[in-house]
Amino acid sequence: MVTNDSERPVEPLVGQSAEGALGTASQDVVWNHDHVLDLDDFLYEEIESVISLAGKMREVLDRRIARAPILRGFTVINLFFEPSTRTRASFELAGKVLGADVISVSANTSSVVKGESLIDTVKTLSAMTADVIVMRHEMSGAPYLASRHTRASVINAGDGSHAHPTQALLDIYTLKQRLGDLKDKKIVMVGDISHSRVARSGMWGFSAMGANVVLCGPPTLLPSGFAVSDRPEHARTALPDVDIETDIDVAIKDADVVMALRLQKERQQGGLLPSLHEYSRLYQVTAERLSKAKNNHILMHPGPKNEGIEIGGDVASGSNSTIEEQVTNGVAVRMALLYLIAQRNQRGN
Amino acid sequence: MTTLAIHNARIIDPELNLDGIADIVLVDGHVARIGPNEAEMVIDAERIDATGLVVSAGFVDLHCHLREPGFEYKETIATGTSAAAHGGFTTVCAMPNTSPPMDSQASIESLLRQIEQSAQVRVLPIGCITVGREGNELAPAGELVDSGVVALSDDGDAVADAALMQAALSYSSLFNLPVSQHAEDPSLVSDGQMHEGWVSTRLGLRGRPSSAEEIFVARDIALAEVTGGHLHIAHVSTAGSVSLIAAAKARGVNVTAEVTPHHLTLTHELVAFNTNYREIDYNASAKVNPPLRVDSDLEALGVGIRDGIIDAIATDHAPHSLSDKEIEFDLAAPGISMLETAFALSMTRVHDGTFPLGTLIRSLTSAPVRAWDLDKRTGISGLGTLAPGAPADLVIFDPDINWTVEPSKFLSKGKNTPLTGRTLKGKILVTISAGKIVYSDSAVAGRLRLSDRSEGI
Repeated sequence: MVTNDSERPVEPLVGQSAEGALGTASQDVVWNHDHVLDLDDFLYEEIESVISLAGKMREVLDRRIARAPILRGFTVINLFFEPSTRTRASFELAGKVLGADVISVSANTSSVVKGESLIDTVKTLSAMTADVIVMRHEMSGAPYLASRHTRASVINAGDGSHAHPTQALLDIYTLKQRLGDLKDKKIVMVGDISHSRVARSGMWGFSAMGANVVLCGPPTLLPSGFAVSDRPEHARTALPDVDIETDIDVAIKDADVVMALRLQKERQQGGLLPSLHEYSRLYQVTAERLSKAKNNHILMHPGPKNEGIEIGGDVASGSNSTIEEQVTNGVAVRMALLYLIAQRNQRGN
Repeated sequence: MTTLAIHNARIIDPELNLDGIADIVLVDGHVARIGPNEAEMVIDAERIDATGLVVSAGFVDLHCHLREPGFEYKETIATGTSAAAHGGFTTVCAMPNTSPPMDSQASIESLLRQIEQSAQVRVLPIGCITVGREGNELAPAGELVDSGVVALSDDGDAVADAALMQAALSYSSLFNLPVSQHAEDPSLVSDGQMHEGWVSTRLGLRGRPSSAEEIFVARDIALAEVTGGHLHIAHVSTAGSVSLIAAAKARGVNVTAEVTPHHLTLTHELVAFNTNYREIDYNASAKVNPPLRVDSDLEALGVGIRDGIIDAIATDHAPHSLSDKEIEFDLAAPGISMLETAFALSMTRVHDGTFPLGTLIRSLTSAPVRAWDLDKRTGISGLGTLAPGAPADLVIFDPDINWTVEPSKFLSKGKNTPLTGRTLKGKILVTISAGKIVYSDSAVAGRLRLSDRSEGI
């Protein structure tokens, strides 16, 4: 990784101004990432570091004038190959609150047809001295390719059906605020597991925090491979140890956390479901079903939600729901990640 | 008269039931004599000392993509046949998915002219099954046979429509022409990127299930049985397909099959993992259709070669440019540049004891010739063997040399291989096509070349 300070001066990110802005800086931050591509390579301590820093960032956000310009001179480029409102706005806001220069670029894969490949695009952006490229792409693995061809740090803001690590981190942060420790908590993700990058990153993150993860959905949306018994002995640890359950009532029983996943309406057209009505009858997270979860259970949804399909409208806005908190916490977590990457780059690691 | 005398080789020819130390003498592009001390008897010859090395007939590939015409940035007949020579292949059958596709007399004739001008080894063209490879109507098989095609295939795509496939098998039986099917049901593999299994689940990539292949293998066997046509299953990749083919052969169905070196030795894990099971990658160099499968498939495919259920090892050499591969995994072109690693990679299964060296040689020489009657079809008697009178196509190799795969040393334009940096055991040292040395390993060439000891006698 080439350091940014070798190319141009960057104002100090740590020290007086940062500590002043954030209160006392944590001394025992553990962070070893040039890129944030998924949570599969995150240690428990690293996730704790992000969450603890996100707490400080959350305090900044809750101020009357939410500004802590500790990333002045730092450039963040949002490179979105797929439309997104909330994730993109969240990263823009995160960068701006910290005083970074934030540019958003909408791209599409059809530019490949015009001869500009993904590699060309990220090389061009890093030549413009981008420090961080936040990337959303409709195809799994695209940020991995990008990260090998740029000096900038790549943050995966969602790639195909593969990963959405910042979503998982903000979910962990939100849960820790409510539950404290996640150890041995039962976390159930319900819905289209097959196409869900939220579920894939979530299972890594929640498992790293010691939670018991249950995946629940119809068999057509629950691919083989997630159950340990689907993998050969030598590949037991290639995915986190999770439980699989097709019956939502069994899955939700005694759950501490229930996360309803967004159901893309194309799944019905693709022949994976008979009808959205039938899906909602069999898999909608409803008040009645949640009554079998623990009393103080938490209900999550990564958004944007289809009320009346994967989640009942009454429960989505109920007191157990963290859906709005998740949004605010998302900004805080992304601020924390930008700060950690900037600090690492400045140290020249 | 030009004479090439090879001294003291271990000569293996399963067709002739030959495995022993002897000399072989090549005269005017044909095999003249094999036997102890035969080389000493000839005068005025170019000589090679093959002590400690193996000599077999040159390899015959039923399945490669030379890309010309239309995709010369990926490969040409000149570079593809140089790669073939480098890999020990002296006869290659070229798939017709070029631009334009090989679906008419005119396109085949123009291809043959290009082969005449630039090929380093024998190239036999394959024609399309359907016009434009579009899967709608039959290409003119009679016209294509007259032009010199040795088989029909829409490889790259399956002939999806069962009625059309039945017609293709039925009509081609007029000419005893093999119909080589890329067996994957498109409805099960649309947008599929790799084998459907735990690795595709891990990576969030859409899968290509084994069932997609087995459904078409079963279907097409039924169609071959009904029509009597010659069905050839290209690149068999699953254990289920091996069972289906074994049962069909036992019933006397006119079916033959090939497996690639990569399906015989590599698994889907190579797409995601290098050294451990935590760090993933999206390795497009291991993206190929049909996809790399799982250990139990490799086991069944090995038995398939051992027992002759699968006739031939064919490379499915599929060269691509860097820009075809260094893009998003979903957009990357499927295929592996295989001619130059095919022998050594297949040797893995000899070294691990799955089948003996003689079986490997048979599946690379006489068995593919028999599978498609290439000797009768081309009028070249003895093709794929070292029988006296056969073409002087042969290969000299050391089965035990270790070497490291470096794509930059490939003669193919396609550097796309998942084997970069891998050490393979078994190396091609000299390839002779029609009596001419078309490849010799620079490291050993000097050592192998003998001065003409008979001079002055």
